[in-house]
Amino acid sequence: MDIKQKIETANQLAVKRMIDGDPVLVDIAPAIEVIPGMKDKMITHSGPPIPWNRMCGAQRGAIIGQVLYEGWAKTPEKAAAMLENGEITLEPNHHHQTVGPMAGSISANAWVYVVENKTFGNRAFCRQVEGAQQFGDYSEPALDGLRKWRDVFAPSLRAALKAEGELPLKPIITQALQMGDELHNRHSASSALFGNAMAVGLAKADISRQDQISTLYLLKNHNLIFLGLAMAAGKAIVDPVRDVEFSTLVTAMCRNGTEFGIRVSGLGDGWFTAPSSSVTGLYLPGYSAQDAGLDMGDSAITETVGWGGFVLGGAPGILSLVGGTPDEALGYTREMRNITTTAHPFYRMPAFSFAGAPLGIDIRKVVQTGITPIIDTAIAHKDPGYPIIGAGLVRAPMECFVQALKAFSYKYQGT
Amino acid sequence: MEERDPIQSLLTEPLVAINLGLAGFGEAIQDQEAEVVLVDWSPPAGGDKELMDLLDQLL
Amino acid sequence: MATSLRIKKNQYYDSVFLMGVNKRLSESEGVSQSMVVMASEANKQMLADLGIQDPRLQTAQPNDLIVVVSADSQKIADQLLEQFDQFLEVSAASKGQSSLHTLQDGLESKPNANLTVISVPGEYAAREARLAVEKGLNVFLFSNNVSLDDEIVIKRLAKDRGVLVMGPDCGTSIINGVGIGFANRVRRGPVGVVGPSGTGLQEFTCLVHHLGSGISHAIGTGSRDLSDAVGGVTTLAALQVLDKDPMTEIIAVISKPPGRKTLPVLTTAFASCTKPVVACFLGIREDVSGAGETFRLGRTIDEAASMATGKQGALAENIEAQNLLAKARSSRHPKQQYLRGLFAGGTFCYQSQQILQSHNTQVYSNSPLDDRFALQHPDRSQKHTLVDMGDDFYTRGRPHPMIDGSQRARRIIAEAEDPNVAIILLDFILGYNSSMDPVNDLLPAIHVAQQKAESRGGKITFVASITGTELDPQGYKTQIMALQAADVITFQSNAAATEFCVKLLEN
Repeated sequence: MDIKQKIETANQLAVKRMIDGDPVLVDIAPAIEVIPGMKDKMITHSGPPIPWNRMCGAQRGAIIGQVLYEGWAKTPEKAAAMLENGEITLEPNHHHQTVGPMAGSISANAWVYVVENKTFGNRAFCRQVEGAQQFGDYSEPALDGLRKWRDVFAPSLRAALKAEGELPLKPIITQALQMGDELHNRHSASSALFGNAMAVGLAKADISRQDQISTLYLLKNHNLIFLGLAMAAGKAIVDPVRDVEFSTLVTAMCRNGTEFGIRVSGLGDGWFTAPSSSVTGLYLPGYSAQDAGLDMGDSAITETVGWGGFVLGGAPGILSLVGGTPDEALGYTREMRNITTTAHPFYRMPAFSFAGAPLGIDIRKVVQTGITPIIDTAIAHKDPGYPIIGAGLVRAPMECFVQALKAFSYKYQGT
Repeated sequence: MEERDPIQSLLTEPLVAINLGLAGFGEAIQDQEAEVVLVDWSPPAGGDKELMDLLDQLL
Repeated sequence: MATSLRIKKNQYYDSVFLMGVNKRLSESEGVSQSMVVMASEANKQMLADLGIQDPRLQTAQPNDLIVVVSADSQKIADQLLEQFDQFLEVSAASKGQSSLHTLQDGLESKPNANLTVISVPGEYAAREARLAVEKGLNVFLFSNNVSLDDEIVIKRLAKDRGVLVMGPDCGTSIINGVGIGFANRVRRGPVGVVGPSGTGLQEFTCLVHHLGSGISHAIGTGSRDLSDAVGGVTTLAALQVLDKDPMTEIIAVISKPPGRKTLPVLTTAFASCTKPVVACFLGIREDVSGAGETFRLGRTIDEAASMATGKQGALAENIEAQNLLAKARSSRHPKQQYLRGLFAGGTFCYQSQQILQSHNTQVYSNSPLDDRFALQHPDRSQKHTLVDMGDDFYTRGRPHPMIDGSQRARRIIAEAEDPNVAIILLDFILGYNSSMDPVNDLLPAIHVAQQKAESRGGKITFVASITGTELDPQGYKTQIMALQAADVITFQSNAAATEFCVKLLEN
C-alpha cells in the first residue's frame, strides 16, 4: 500500500470510530475525584499550553477567579502574585481528557460533567457553562455563581442522575440538530430536552425541595446549559482516535485567547499552534470590536466532531446572534464538506436536506483548498473583569494545518 | 481486446470537457450545447509550491 | 492625485472576472487608474515595475487580492477601497456556486471526460496539465507562461500516454464541431487543420467556410510546438489522427516556419499521410523540399484555404475596390505616406509583413519578420509600422485586444496625431470568447482619428479585415455594416486587406 492508501484507510478507520461513539452522562463530580492528574494547587485551562505571562486578559481574570474560588488567596492581587510566582500549576484541559468553555478554568473543587463513551470505555470531562467567570469576571457575584454550582446545582443533578440512571446523550444531540440547534452557541432545543430528561430524576432525588426547585429553575432558564455536555460528548467521541497511525484527521481544535492549537490523529499529542484570530460578530449593547479579546475556548471541540459552525446550514436561527444570511450559513456547511472525510449518518440537518454533519477534518484538504474550519463562538473582553460581550464567527488559522502537514510528511516520509 | 485510442475518441465521440480556469471558456462550450463541467478552480495550498508538492505525495 | 492600496486575504478570482471588476472600478468618478489583480509573483513584480510600493505587498500570498486605486483625491481613493466589495458583488451575481474546486472533483463529476480545458495562471498550469495527462485526459492548454522544460516533459508524458496536449499558449481548437477557446462557428466539412496560432486557425477556418466548404477539426498545437526543442509532438500526433479521421479528407497546416530540425520531420510526416496535405509557413524564406510533390505549399492563409477547398476566394480585383482606391488616394494630403497596422491577431501582423515585404515595402514591427526592422519602442511607430497589440508588452496584466479594445482605441488616436499617417490597417476577430462588439469598441476612436486628419486637410484611410462567419455570436453582417458606415474599407481576410493597402501605397 502506498502512503495515500494508508492515509485513506487510517482516516476511514478513525471516522468510523467517531461515528460509533456513544456518549453517556454517567456522573457529575468534583474534578479532584474524577479528572485524571488533577491535583491541589493546579488549574487546567482551555487551549494549547501557555504560561501565565502570555495568557490573555480574560483568561487571567478567570484563573484569578478560580484561585479565589478555591480559597488559595484572599484577594485578586495575592492571587495574581501566586500565579506570577509559579505557585499554581497551569495545564491545558486537553492534557487531562477535559474541555472547558472560554477561559475553561477548572480546579480541584470545580464540579464537572462526566461523559463516558460506552463503545470504547473512555471518559471525558467538562465544566459548567456560565456567562461571567469563564469570561474573566472574578467579582464576588461571578464567584457566587461558581459556588452555587458547587453547592446546589451540581450535587442536585448528580443525585438526579443516580435516581433515574445514566443519560444517553446521542438521542438528545440527534433531536436537537433536527430542531435547529448547532450545539455550540445555540442550545435552546438540547437544553430543553436535557431539562426534560433530568426533571423526573430531580423529583425522585434525595435532595431538599429548595435545591430541587432551584435546579429546576436553572434548567428552565439556562438555554446554554447543554453546551457543557455537548463539549464533553465531543471530547469523548474524538478521544478514541487520538493516535491512529497515518491518519490526517484533526482530533482537537482549541484556543486560549492567545493561541489557536490543533492536534492530529497520526501525530498523537503534538500541538500545532498559531496566533488566535479576532472574531467577526455582533456585540451586546455598550461593547464593540475595540473591546474584544481574541478567539478563546475549548468549545471548538464541537466543530471538531462536525457540529457548531459545521452545521450552520441547519441552524439559521443562530444568525441573529453571530450575524450573516441564511445563504451564507448554507455556504459555510457546503464549504466544510470540502475539508472533511464523510457525512455523519445519524447527526443530520433537516434545513440542509437532511444531509449529515460534515465529519473528520482532514488537514490535507484544508491546506489544498485553502478552506479553514469555521467556528461560531462567544466573545470575551480583552481585559479581565468582564462578562460575555458578544458572539460571532471565526476561522481556524491556516498556519496550524500547514505546520501539521509538514510534520506529518516528515514523520511518515522523512521529508 | 480493442485498444481505446483517447485521441481518436476525442475526435469521433461527443465532447465531455472539464473546464479549469476562466469561466468564459466553459460557458462558451455550454453555449454550443456540448457537455462541460465548470470547476471553480483556485491555486491549491494558497499557491505555495512546497505545499503543493507535499500534497501531490499525500493526497 | 492620490493612490491607495488594499489587500483582501484569501479571495481568489479568475483574471477575466477581475478585469470586469476593474473596468467598473476604473469608470467610477474621480478615478484616473485602477488595478485589481491576484497577488501572484508575476503581478507583484508588475506592480513594483509600475512604482507601486507598499509593505503589505511583500507578505501578500497568491490567493490574496490586491486593489490599487489612483484618484483625484485621497478621500475618493479611500472611499472606493472601502466600498470595493460592491464591485465584486455585482460582477459575482452571475458567477455560479460550484462545489467543484479541483481537477479531481471535476473528474468525479464527469468520469467519462475526454478533454480538460485549462486556462489557469501559467505558474500552476503545468501541474494541472500533467495531472490531467496522468489521468488519461486530452488537454487544451490555453495558459501561457508555461516553461519550455515543462512543455517538453508534459508532451513526452502525453505521447507515452497516448493523449493530445493542445498548448501551452493554445488559443483555438475546434473539436468535433465544438469551438474551444477563441473559435469561430463554422460549417462542418472535410478540411482538417493543425497549427500553433489561434488567429491563424480562426482565419483559415472562416475562409474555408466562406469558400463553401467546412471544417472537420481544427487542432491547436500551442505556439512552441514546432520549435526544435519540442519537436512537433502535438503537430505530428494531430496529423496522424486526422489522417485516420473518417470526416477529414484533406489536411492543412498553418504555421510560422518550424525549427530547422523539425521542418524535415514534418515534411516527412506529410509524405506519409494518405490524405493530401496543404501547408502554409508564414514568413518562410527558403524553399521547402517536397513542396509541390508530397504536399502543396500556400504563401498565405488565403492561398492555403483555396488549395484545401479547390476554390478561389473573392480576392480578385473588383470594380468597387478600384473605386475605393481612387477615392482614397485623391483625399490624401501630400504629407501622408505611411501605413500603420494595429493588430489583435499576432499572425495577421506577421502575414501582413510578409505580404508587404514581398512587394518590397519595408515595415517596422514589435514582432518583426526581419530583425533589422524591430521597432525601438512598441509605442512609437516608425515609417510603415505594424504592431502586434497582443504582444506581452501590451497584455501583461491587461486584457487581450480580442476581448477589450481600449488599448487599440488609444493607439488609433495616437497614430492620428501623426500627419504622416495615410492608412490605418486593423483586424476584427469574431467568435466565442471574443468581445461581443469588436467594431463598436473601436468606432469612437476611428471617428476621432478621421476628424483629426480632416482638420489638417487630409484623410486617413481605414482598412480592416474581419475574421468571422454569419454563424458567429457577434453578428457578422452587422459588424461589417457598422464598419462600412464608418467609411472603413472591409475585407474578409487579412491577406486581402493587406494587398489592398499595398495598392493604396502605390502611386
